[in-house]
Amino acid sequence: MTTRKIQFMTTTKHVKSVSGITVRLAGDSGDGMQLLGTQLTNTSALAGNDVATFPDFPAEIRAPRGTRAGVSGFQVQFAKEEIFTPGDTLDALVVMNPAALVTNVQDLRKGGILIANEDGFTEKDFKLAKVEANPLEATVINDSYRLIKVPMTQLTRAAVSEHGLSPKIADRCKNFFAMGLVYWLFGRSLDPTLRFIENKFGKKPDVAAANVAALRAGWAFGETTEAFGESYQVEAAELTPGTYRNMMGNQALAWGLVAASKLSGKELFYGTYPITPASDILHELTKHKNFGVRTFQAEDEISAMCATIGAAFGGTMAVTASSGPGIALKAEAMGLGMMLELPMVVVNVQRGGPSTGLPTKTEQSDLLQALFGRNGESPIPVIAPQSPADCFNTAIEAWRIATECMVPVMLLSDGYIANGSEPWKIPTIDTLPKIEIKHPVDNNDGEPFLPYLRNENLGRPWAIPGTEGLMHRVGGLEKEHETGNVSYDPANHQLMTETRAAKVAKIAERIPEQEVFGEPSGDLLVVSWGGTYGACLTAVRRCQQAGHRVSHAHLRYLNPFPRNLGELLKSFDRVLVPELNMGQLRMLLRSEFLVDCIGYNKVQGKPFAVSELIQQIETHVPSPVAV
Amino acid sequence: MSLPVLKAADFASDQDVRWCPGCGDYSILAQMKKVLPELGVPREKIVFVSGIGCSSRFPYYMNTYGMHSIHGRAPTFATGLKSTRPDLMVWVITGDGDALSIGGNHFIHVLRRNLDINIVLFNNRIYGLTKGQYSPTSTEGQVTKSTPMGSIDHPLSPLSVALAAEATFVARSLDAHVKHLGAVLKRASEHKGTSLVEVYQNCNVFNDGAMAYAQEKKQRADNVVELEHGKPLVFGKNNEKAIRLVGTHLEIVERSEVPDDDLLIHDEKDPNPSIQMMLARMRYPEMPEPIGVLRDVDNVATYDEQINAQVELAKETRGEGDLDKLFHAGDTWVVD
Repeated sequence: MTTRKIQFMTTTKHVKSVSGITVRLAGDSGDGMQLLGTQLTNTSALAGNDVATFPDFPAEIRAPRGTRAGVSGFQVQFAKEEIFTPGDTLDALVVMNPAALVTNVQDLRKGGILIANEDGFTEKDFKLAKVEANPLEATVINDSYRLIKVPMTQLTRAAVSEHGLSPKIADRCKNFFAMGLVYWLFGRSLDPTLRFIENKFGKKPDVAAANVAALRAGWAFGETTEAFGESYQVEAAELTPGTYRNMMGNQALAWGLVAASKLSGKELFYGTYPITPASDILHELTKHKNFGVRTFQAEDEISAMCATIGAAFGGTMAVTASSGPGIALKAEAMGLGMMLELPMVVVNVQRGGPSTGLPTKTEQSDLLQALFGRNGESPIPVIAPQSPADCFNTAIEAWRIATECMVPVMLLSDGYIANGSEPWKIPTIDTLPKIEIKHPVDNNDGEPFLPYLRNENLGRPWAIPGTEGLMHRVGGLEKEHETGNVSYDPANHQLMTETRAAKVAKIAERIPEQEVFGEPSGDLLVVSWGGTYGACLTAVRRCQQAGHRVSHAHLRYLNPFPRNLGELLKSFDRVLVPELNMGQLRMLLRSEFLVDCIGYNKVQGKPFAVSELIQQIETHVPSPVAV
Repeated sequence: MSLPVLKAADFASDQDVRWCPGCGDYSILAQMKKVLPELGVPREKIVFVSGIGCSSRFPYYMNTYGMHSIHGRAPTFATGLKSTRPDLMVWVITGDGDALSIGGNHFIHVLRRNLDINIVLFNNRIYGLTKGQYSPTSTEGQVTKSTPMGSIDHPLSPLSVALAAEATFVARSLDAHVKHLGAVLKRASEHKGTSLVEVYQNCNVFNDGAMAYAQEKKQRADNVVELEHGKPLVFGKNNEKAIRLVGTHLEIVERSEVPDDDLLIHDEKDPNPSIQMMLARMRYPEMPEPIGVLRDVDNVATYDEQINAQVELAKETRGEGDLDKLFHAGDTWVVD
């Protein structure tokens, strides 16, 4: 189905065609594994495969060398059919040292390919990794996997020797050697990476040339060594027609915000404070100042939130982003944003909590914080993207809801989505929904302006400074209905509290009904939200294929819920809610719909494996009916 | 086109003012309403942003745009607003607790960024709205509701903090000295960059007379020195005293004993804030306290100017952003 001709490097060895490969690259956090993984992903995407990735790295920039704590990994699945996860078990694992081996080998399937940088396995490395003997000589390793030992450091040094680099710089090229070898093994073209090297190291020609030499040497090693009898090939996937590019979640989110600003005819203000794993949104947005993007790196999280509100008051599309701890700091100001009834988007790229928690690991444990983490009755809409590329649409949707209702909208991403990547079908600009915004002007009827007069969505007018005759004051003290003046009247406070809640609840009338993957009733409904979409969908699909009466509902709208959700939950004998938290959505569903949901909860800083979800589903459904 | 001539009353909102009778805030509000019509800026182009505290009710009483925000954060709301709407004139109204305690962080950062706004800090050396606890500017030993045995905190001077952050406009005035106050507010509004005006403001309920040495006409001449650019620092009922710089400190001299050439001449334009910092550190009762403009440095780029200049430059050099071009830049592939 693809038109793109896949340019395989010409190998003389046998090529085996497979439907998909899951590979993980693991080494020291300074070994360049993330770069290797990103390159392999892009190259595979360009070859037309569907791809899904899972980068996994420590919170320390350079944890002590060679230790288990310093291991950085990047997993990618590329396939000729549509996939939704980076894969459960590995077909191939590349390890640069013993620490990487012992922390990752348990995920390699029996008989899988294990490529080890032999030069990284010295006595010193064993001590650092706290292993007693050389694991490459262990019987269990040699019996269980196809171990291929490659002296990468030596071979890299030899390959780059003519470029006259210092030994330290020369050794840094070994990730490109490893890359060359991996590319040979999976029949990948070197061209995109050669282009990348030229762009990245163009100003240092000797480094560029050495990296190219290392890359080619790695490929040539695969071609000549007797250790590999054959290489593998994954044909292009049959994706929906269109032009594609590989997208990471945070990048898609940033582009979605830029697109939303264009679609609404607004310029974008982004106030933020650096925090993992949200900072890449700032890095991306600040590249796009020619779209009228103004980025403000504030002195703290509170300032970032408040500057966002200030910009919103001025009539700009205003956005802030952070992760759990930063969102906690923003809570008071977010409450003010809700009280002022100004449109803005607050992004939370969730990470492992509580407190500082697991900054580089994923979790879904800020759902209740998003809904209730402010003082007083302060409801705001909450929505969540389901995959890296989906961050684009979700960002646009968040801004649409914010402007329709004059309310801050919380967008809940997570570290898994933010750093993961997948092919994104580039939309035609005309098909993106326009967002209509109207600012009132003085109609000169002699009547006083009513800043809290409501429209059919219960939104108030977005009257901006500079507009003659509409001067008004907003603030955090309770507002009088319609006039917006400070009011301590008991009945008015009740009315305003109810109105702010009703405004958010009414959104359910305008968002789509909840869709179901599978039958609208049955033995089990799996309900998920956010980044667990791919794993849940894949697990449900496999169980359906096995004959189970199980369906899947993945929620994008978490506050308010879709209007048919309660009815849907009640159409199944059981409801299973897998979450990377201790049961937050489950608590909401139970309290809202009085449905006794079953939880499957994991907080290990890792996404769900499809296999564990299948196991869970199977424990809650009757034996499959014959098909 | 000529603008309609506005009067002080045109700047009054329809809301009843609810400060305690006799509060110094009334005087500041009156001077603000008097100064604004002189600036020729239409009411709809003016925004007052405040934090929390007695002073921060100020925006409700002005017939302009306004935001009564949260405690200590007014400068940050102003940053978002002014960065995106440089056409507006933005005033921040704050107090000693609001700006220097809970909002200390934002206070220094807005000053160092030199956002083109005006900050008026009402300093009454007490928490009024929470009924009488000591503040960061309360004096050592001050007995308040939360310090029955006397405050053990060393007070903070907003002027010193501002000068350390190299703010481009730093001034002080008194609520009781209305003419001076009006003139200083006007100068603040004319400065491009962040202007900080500290106003000694009397809280007649919880800290009455705390600054009587400066506020009361009878005492003022001996305890306050009115700064004038290019002029010596003279004070006393008959201008008989002056300030001299000796080495790295300031001293009081009798003018009859010292030739005028030896006196310290005030230079508010000096980009080096060292001597201005010495002025900020002059404290009653050892020294007279300076009022007026300590520092007014021009030609320092403002934050709002620069954030917008970068956007304009990006548009000029790379063209107005085009989504289609962005989406298709770099590696893409086609499936059909």
